[in-house]
Amino acid sequence: MVELSNYLVLGAILFSLGMAGIFLNRKNVIILLMSIELMLLAVNFNFIAFSHYLADIQGQVFVFFILTVAAAESAIGLAILVVLFRNTNTINVGDLDSMKG
Amino acid sequence: MIELLLFYVFAAVLLFAATMVITAKNPVHSALFLVLAFFNSAALWLMAEAEFLGIALVLVYVGAVMVLFLFVVMMLDINLAPMREGFARYLPIGALVGCVMVVEMALVVGSKDVNLIHGGPVTSAAEGVGMSNTKALGSVLYTVYAYPFEIASVVLLVAIVAAIMLTHRRRPGTKQQNIDRQVRVRKEQRLRIVTMAPEKRK
Repeated sequence: MVELSNYLVLGAILFSLGMAGIFLNRKNVIILLMSIELMLLAVNFNFIAFSHYLADIQGQVFVFFILTVAAAESAIGLAILVVLFRNTNTINVGDLDSMKG
Repeated sequence: MIELLLFYVFAAVLLFAATMVITAKNPVHSALFLVLAFFNSAALWLMAEAEFLGIALVLVYVGAVMVLFLFVVMMLDINLAPMREGFARYLPIGALVGCVMVVEMALVVGSKDVNLIHGGPVTSAAEGVGMSNTKALGSVLYTVYAYPFEIASVVLLVAIVAAIMLTHRRRPGTKQQNIDRQVRVRKEQRLRIVTMAPEKRK
């Protein structure tokens, strides 16, 4: 029998992998976006697990909204990335220092 | 028992795919491993009786978002060598942060003070109200959450408009409609009345 803690630990490991991905690939914007997708997936896992084990459908409604917002976020992120590459010819985060920050 | 075994198989493949996403050299491989991760997540969501969301994950993420990722990765002509240079340097701190977060969350989940439910659910969310998962989700989504649902549709509309406006560019020399001028056109610009002498009959 799959227990609630199985899902929670899986979500925790998945979230940490996404977090580690942000640290490892600090140069590549595309992999950064993919790491954010992994972290959102981990959050969705927790929502679905609690929705299943508490027999409450509202958790799945929230997953639905998270999916919507994540899709919009990645679409706009990739569009910005394309414009960035067209203007600066690089997607290396280290090269994006035109604001002298 | 078979259910637990399936869970572990899907979870193992999911974690392997997630690890490959963040360590693969080629971004195309990363994107394809992310597709694998989404497929395994969908299977796990099906096991957790979230059937609609499992299928929606495959359709929306694998079908649309990941195709968009692959399209962008392949369209951009990236020099990969400088992208990887900090990888070995950040590996210890990345692994450290990951391990610390796993330990933290495991401590929370395994704590004596947190009374997690043991064993399976008493009744599934959908069966509790005597409907299929999709019907149960829709019955809540279109009534209690009708207003957030409409806001979600506006978010998607904004995303469409923003993505098109950002990436659209005008190239010189292409033929296109000028809708301003089409709407502003006047009768005199199209129709010319000429007066001429009538023809004589023989």
